[in-house]
Amino acid sequence: MTEYSKQFEMLSEAYEISGGDAAALLDKHSGSLVVHHNKIIGRNEIPGVHIEGSETPTGARAKISVDPGTVVEKPVHLCFGVIPKEGIQEIISEFDIGDRAIVTFLAHCTFPNAVKVKHTMAAKIHVGKNAQMTYSETHYHGEFGGIEVLPVVKVVIDEGGMLKNEFKLTKGSVGELRIDYEGDLKKDAVCEFDAKVYGKNEDRISVKESIYLNGVNARGLAKSRIVSSDRCHSEVIGEVIGNAADSRGHVDCVEIIKGKEARASAIPRLVVVDDRAKLTHEAAIGSVDKKQVETLMARGLSENEAVDVVVRGMLK
Amino acid sequence: MLQLQNLGLILDGNQILKNLNLETRPGEIHSILGANGTGKSTLASVIAGLSGYRHVDGKLLFHGEDITDLSISERARRGITLAWQEPARFEGLSVAEYIGLGQRFAGDGCASPRECLMKVGLVPENYLARAVDSTLSGGERKRIELASVLAMKPKLAILDEPDSGIDALSIDCVVEVIKTFSRNGTTVLLITHHEEVAEIADRASSLCGGTIMKTGDPVAVARFFRNHCQECLHVNLPGEEEKINDGVFEAI
Repeated sequence: MTEYSKQFEMLSEAYEISGGDAAALLDKHSGSLVVHHNKIIGRNEIPGVHIEGSETPTGARAKISVDPGTVVEKPVHLCFGVIPKEGIQEIISEFDIGDRAIVTFLAHCTFPNAVKVKHTMAAKIHVGKNAQMTYSETHYHGEFGGIEVLPVVKVVIDEGGMLKNEFKLTKGSVGELRIDYEGDLKKDAVCEFDAKVYGKNEDRISVKESIYLNGVNARGLAKSRIVSSDRCHSEVIGEVIGNAADSRGHVDCVEIIKGKEARASAIPRLVVVDDRAKLTHEAAIGSVDKKQVETLMARGLSENEAVDVVVRGMLK
Repeated sequence: MLQLQNLGLILDGNQILKNLNLETRPGEIHSILGANGTGKSTLASVIAGLSGYRHVDGKLLFHGEDITDLSISERARRGITLAWQEPARFEGLSVAEYIGLGQRFAGDGCASPRECLMKVGLVPENYLARAVDSTLSGGERKRIELASVLAMKPKLAILDEPDSGIDALSIDCVVEVIKTFSRNGTTVLLITHHEEVAEIADRASSLCGGTIMKTGDPVAVARFFRNHCQECLHVNLPGEEEKINDGVFEAI
């Protein structure tokens, strides 16, 4: 077995654990890109979907484009990971979704053995006119928590385009997570940022979601669901800037604290530049809602089981 | 089966329940009739064992066992559960999962989530995969609450105003569900302030000022409630003069 094959096999196993379908990485009819550390160990293009990749000393560059008008039936699978205990993986990516194209990306990032790993993702996303892009990123980490995860995403959504972006890190312990998403929305564009994170041990979590409603009738939602347990500290900044007439934006943040030493803060920021914009926010921080817990306890669950059901549901 | 002996509860300095005595019989539907603010939901919370309602005077016995100091979970595992007047909502928890949760500790022959939804008049295909969240209407959420209690097949179901917030056309369905509990062998403590709903019970008790004023035939208790309790001026302020005297309420 070649070194690449071994790496692919190990990454596939971790991919499965993180919830991915490893068979899809070998499916000729699905677009895919698999990067272990700084090695591109799998890449598959399909009609209308172009995936270019190049290795760098510390990671990889990827350029993914979808031709205008292409409706991609199966999700495009992206798998990034570092299997050893230590390593750096810096991913620089560009997504260009052509006008009227429709595509879903399922990204899985796996670091099952990480003790000292740095994973950065600098992504530029362009969603063309009336195009629709869904990007769902799920992380799987081991329990050691020695990882720095630093995703920075800059998005431009053209007229009538739509992006739904979900980031999910609910398995394992991360270490340090700093999410920084920014969306620039043109006329009639729609953007949803949704971060779901379960922080444990000494994790430090920072989530910043910024949406600039620059076009008339643009719509934006900055949503986050964070659980801070043990001695985890979390901070969420959700901001929406209403620069255009009839634009609508909402910040929706819920943070749950489990444990006396956990800390959480939320800063919703709404800026109305055009007085015809309408921005709203809701933020809730605290322990798990008592009524929810007692409702489940009245069905026989213990208090811990009930809290777990509530938390898992929120992060689902 | 359930015996409440001289139950008393003070919350924030207010005597909410006082010298409350009540006994339910196995398999019966027992209505608790009372106007707003008389302590009906408080009584439900005390029996279920909710936090904040556990430091009571008197005793709660269930099948002869003293459950006064037991937690909600411990009471639930003995077969006592509660359908909330305004049930909680859960992000990310499907109706199927929610109803299924109670089946872990269910009695023999419990129905599936699908069957339970049908019994409360909801089409399973339209609800099983939906979240028990704010996308459900109040009426839908209440029916799902009843379905989840049905699935648990409890020995004692405390139904806190299952008829409130339900459209008039659906009341018959709720009434039928309540009767289903009884047919399944579940004792129902039915809390309501609607006389017509209370009258479906085998027996009824009238609650006023935090104490049981009269227990007996539902029609007679409903009449008593109508004549003496609906306009009662002593909500949550029971005085010595309000004691039952051979079933006759002596108003001040």
